[in-house]
Amino acid sequence: MLVEQELAAQVLQRALSRGGDFAELFCEEREGFTLSIDESRIERPQSSRERGAGVRVIDGEVTRYAHVDGLAEADLLRAADGLAGALGGEPARPIALRAAEPPKLQRIQVPPGSVPAERKAEILRELDERARAASPEVTQASASYSEGRRRVAVFNSEGLEAADDRTRVRLGAQVVARRDGTVETGFETLGAHRGFELLEDDPGAIAEQAARKALDLLGADPAPAGEMTVVVGGGFGGVLFHEMTGHGLEADAVQKGASVYAGQLGERVAEPLLTAYDDGSMPGEWGTGAIDDEGTPCRRTPLIEEGRLTSYLYDRLRARRDGTESTGNGRRETFRDLPIPRMTNTYIEPGDGDPEAIISEVDRGFYAVSFGGGQVEPATGDFVFGVSEGYLIENGKATRPCRGATLIGNCLQALTRIDAVGSDFEMKTGFCGKAGQTAPVGTGQGHVRIRGMTVGGTAV
Amino acid sequence: MSGPEELAGAARRAVEAATGAGASDAEAWGEGSRNREVRVHAGEVESLTEASGRGVGLRAWIGRRTGYAYGTDLSDAGISQLAEAAVGAARVADEDESAGAPDPPTEPIPEIPGLLDPAVSGTETATVIDLAKRIERTALDRDPRVSGVEEVVYVDEQSQAAIVTSHGVAGSYETSTAYAYLQAMASENSEVQTGLGFGVGRSPGDLEAEAIGAEAGDEASSMLGATKPDSRTCPVVLSDRVTASFAGFIGAALCADEVQRGRSPFADRLGDELASAALELADDGVDPGGLVSAPFDGEGTPRGRTPLVGGGKLLAYLHDTYTARRAGARSTGNAARRSYRTPPSVSISNLVIEPGELSLEQLIRETGEGVMITEVAGLHSGVNPVTGRYSVGASGRAIRGGELAEPLREFTIAGDLLGTLAAVRAVGSESRWVPFGGSVRTAPMLVGELTIGGA
Repeated sequence: MLVEQELAAQVLQRALSRGGDFAELFCEEREGFTLSIDESRIERPQSSRERGAGVRVIDGEVTRYAHVDGLAEADLLRAADGLAGALGGEPARPIALRAAEPPKLQRIQVPPGSVPAERKAEILRELDERARAASPEVTQASASYSEGRRRVAVFNSEGLEAADDRTRVRLGAQVVARRDGTVETGFETLGAHRGFELLEDDPGAIAEQAARKALDLLGADPAPAGEMTVVVGGGFGGVLFHEMTGHGLEADAVQKGASVYAGQLGERVAEPLLTAYDDGSMPGEWGTGAIDDEGTPCRRTPLIEEGRLTSYLYDRLRARRDGTESTGNGRRETFRDLPIPRMTNTYIEPGDGDPEAIISEVDRGFYAVSFGGGQVEPATGDFVFGVSEGYLIENGKATRPCRGATLIGNCLQALTRIDAVGSDFEMKTGFCGKAGQTAPVGTGQGHVRIRGMTVGGTAV
Repeated sequence: MSGPEELAGAARRAVEAATGAGASDAEAWGEGSRNREVRVHAGEVESLTEASGRGVGLRAWIGRRTGYAYGTDLSDAGISQLAEAAVGAARVADEDESAGAPDPPTEPIPEIPGLLDPAVSGTETATVIDLAKRIERTALDRDPRVSGVEEVVYVDEQSQAAIVTSHGVAGSYETSTAYAYLQAMASENSEVQTGLGFGVGRSPGDLEAEAIGAEAGDEASSMLGATKPDSRTCPVVLSDRVTASFAGFIGAALCADEVQRGRSPFADRLGDELASAALELADDGVDPGGLVSAPFDGEGTPRGRTPLVGGGKLLAYLHDTYTARRAGARSTGNAARRSYRTPPSVSISNLVIEPGELSLEQLIRETGEGVMITEVAGLHSGVNPVTGRYSVGASGRAIRGGELAEPLREFTIAGDLLGTLAAVRAVGSESRWVPFGGSVRTAPMLVGELTIGGA
C-alpha cells in the first residue's frame, strides 16, 4: 500500500472542499537499475528510487494539478488545499472509496531486483563479445540493460481505488561497422512487461542481429528518391501505423480538430483488408498494464475494423467530453505529469497475404524492414519515418540494401493505399513521445504493402 | 521550495554517507525547483499545474569504478539508502583509468548577470494566463483562415542547484526560465496546415505575446495550398529554427565522448579544413541570454566559451572531466545534467552561430532558384549521429527569381552533416535564441546544395 485509504479519502475531500466536479490522487513509487557496456567495459551503473504523488481537480473544463515529491501526509494535504484554494464554491462530497477487484497483474517470475547485478553485467559482456565476433569489420559495440518497477495507486472522488505493479526489462545493442571509409550502425532491442525471465532465452542474439544490420549496410547504395510501392516489414514496421493513424485517433487531438480523423468515425479510411487494435491487456507486452494511470482497466479497443474507423482512444477527461467511457488509455510518464490519451500496444491484425508474395508481386519498389522511428503531425496527417534497414525491390526480389532512406507521406492517403496485409505477425517495443511525456508502447504487424509512397533518399 | 543552503546541506550529507559506505570519492548534485504550467485553448484555461520538487544525484567512486544513484528522500535514512545504492552500483562497474572525481576548479567561477529574474515568482498566475490568452488571440486574428490553436503552453520555473564533492568542489546557483509556445492551424476547403510560434526568456515579462502568436498564425496560413516539389538538388535557405536543429546535431557530434568512442563523423578531424569559412560556431555556456548558461557545469567546472568551427576549420571538441583526462586535455565545462536524475555527461551548453551580413530577404535573393525550409520533422530517426548522414521530412516555400513563392510540403531533404557544413554559403544577419536543437542563437542560413526528395 503506497498510502492508506483513509489518507487518500481525506486528500480527495480537501481537494473538493471549495467545489469541483472531480478529484483524483495518483501515487507512485519507481525503482530502477540501468547498466551498459561500451568499449568492452561495464559502465554507468545507475540505481534510482523515487516516490511522489499528483492531485488533480477538474472543475468544469479546467483541470488543476499539483504534484509533490514523496508521499508524506502533510505534503499531500498541502497539495490538495492549494488546489482547493483557487476555487470558491460549495464543498463537493467524494463518494466513499471502495477497492476495485484485484487487478490482473502480469506474472513476474523472476523479479529483476532479485538478480545480482553481476549476472546483468555478464549478459552485457556476452552481447559485447557476440557483436564483436560477428566480423572484424565491427569497430564498436555497446549494449544497455534496464529494469524498472513502477507501483501506482489511484483514488478518485467517484469512489475508485485501484492499483498496479508494473515491471519492465529491456536490453539494447548498438554496433558500428567500418569498411574502408564507410561507417554504418545497427541497433536491436528486446523488451517486455516481464521479469528477468525475459532474458533466459539467448538474449545475446540481439547483438548478432544488430551487427548483421550494420554489416549489411556497409555494402549499401544510397536510397532512391521518389514515389514507389513500399513493403513494410513485420514487428517494428508497426510503428508506421502507430504514427500514421494511432496518434490521430487520440481523443485530445480529435476534440480540438487537430486530427485528420476528426468526424471520421464509422467512415471508410482503408481497404476492407485492414483491421487494427490498441490493446493494453496483451500478456507481457511492452505497453501492457493492468490499469491505465487513471485506474481504468486496460483493454482491447478496435480502431479500424475492415477498413472502417471504429473508435478513438480516450482517457477519462476526453471521454466525459464525448459522453462516452474511457478506453483505458489515460497514461502518464510519472506522477509529475497529467494523464493524456496515449496508445498502449497498437497493431495491425494479421491478414491473409503471403509475406513472400507481397514482395514478389512488386516490380520496382522499396522494402523497409525496420525503422529508427518516426513522427506525425496529427492535424495535417503528414508523417515521416527514418528507415534503419531497407532494400530495393527489383523484379519481385529484395535486392540491394539502401542507406539513408526516409518514408514520407500523408496518413489519409497512405492508409487507403495499403493493398496487402501479411499473415505473419510480430510485436516490438518502442518509446513514444507526446507533450513532453515518454511512454513505453508496443507496435506490431506482419508485412504490409503500400502502393505509392514517397521515399526520400539521396539518389535523385 | 528548498533553498540553496538546504540543498547544499543534503549534498554534503550524501557525500559523507557515500564515503562512510565505502566510496573513495563522492560527488552530490542537489536540485530544487518550483514550476508552473498553463495550457490555454479556445480562450479558456485548459489546465493549470503547480509543482515543486527536489532531489539529489550521487556519484560514488571506488578507485576507478563509478556508480550513480538518485533519490528524492532527503531524510537521513533516505540519504543513507542513496549512498548504499551509489556505492553498490560502483561495485558493478569495470575499472576505467580515466574515471575519478572532478578536481576543484583552477579558474575563477564566472559571474553571469541576470540568471535569476525574481519576477518569475512575483508574477500572478492570472497575469500569465492572460499572456497565454493574448498569444492565442493574436494567432487567431492574423488571418481569417487561421481556424484554431491546438493549445498555448506557458511554463515558468525557478530552480536552484548545489554541488559538493569529497575533493573540495562546492558551489550553488539559482536560475529562472519562462517560455511559451503554440501550434496554430489554418484551414481552407478541406486542407489544414500548422504553424509554430515560441518565445523564451527569464521571466514572463521577456515574452512578447504578439510576436509569438503572429509567428504561428502567419506560418500556418502561409502554408495553405502547399504542394509536393519535384525531386532535385538545389540551393536551400534554412530558417533559423531549422538551422538550430542541425546545429544541435553538429554540437552533439563534437562532444568528445562520441569522438573518443569512434562514433562521430568528426573523429580524428581536429584542425581539418572541413567547413565553409562563412560559418562560425561556438559553444557558449556563459552568454547571459542563453537558457543553459550557468556559472559552472554539472561537475562544478566553470562554464566558458569554446569556439568549435571557424575560418573553415574544426577548432575543438567539448569535454567533461572524464573525456578531458582521457584525451590529456582540459574540461571545457561541458558536463551537463538534464536533472539530478541523470549523471553528468558531455553535452553542448548554448550554441552560438555568428550572424553574417545578409538579411533573410537578401539570402533569398541570393538563392535565385531553390527552396526555403521552414520546418523539419523526424530528426530523431532521420539523422544518424554516428555517420552524420541525414534524411528528414521537410516543408517550406519555393524560391523563384530570388523571391519566396508557393508553399511546399511532404518532401525530404537529405545529405550529410559534414557536407552541409562545407556547403554553407552565407549566414543571415537576423539572429535570435531558438529553443530547438538545445539552446541555439542563430540566423537563417543559405546552403549551396541539398537533395530534395519529392514527387
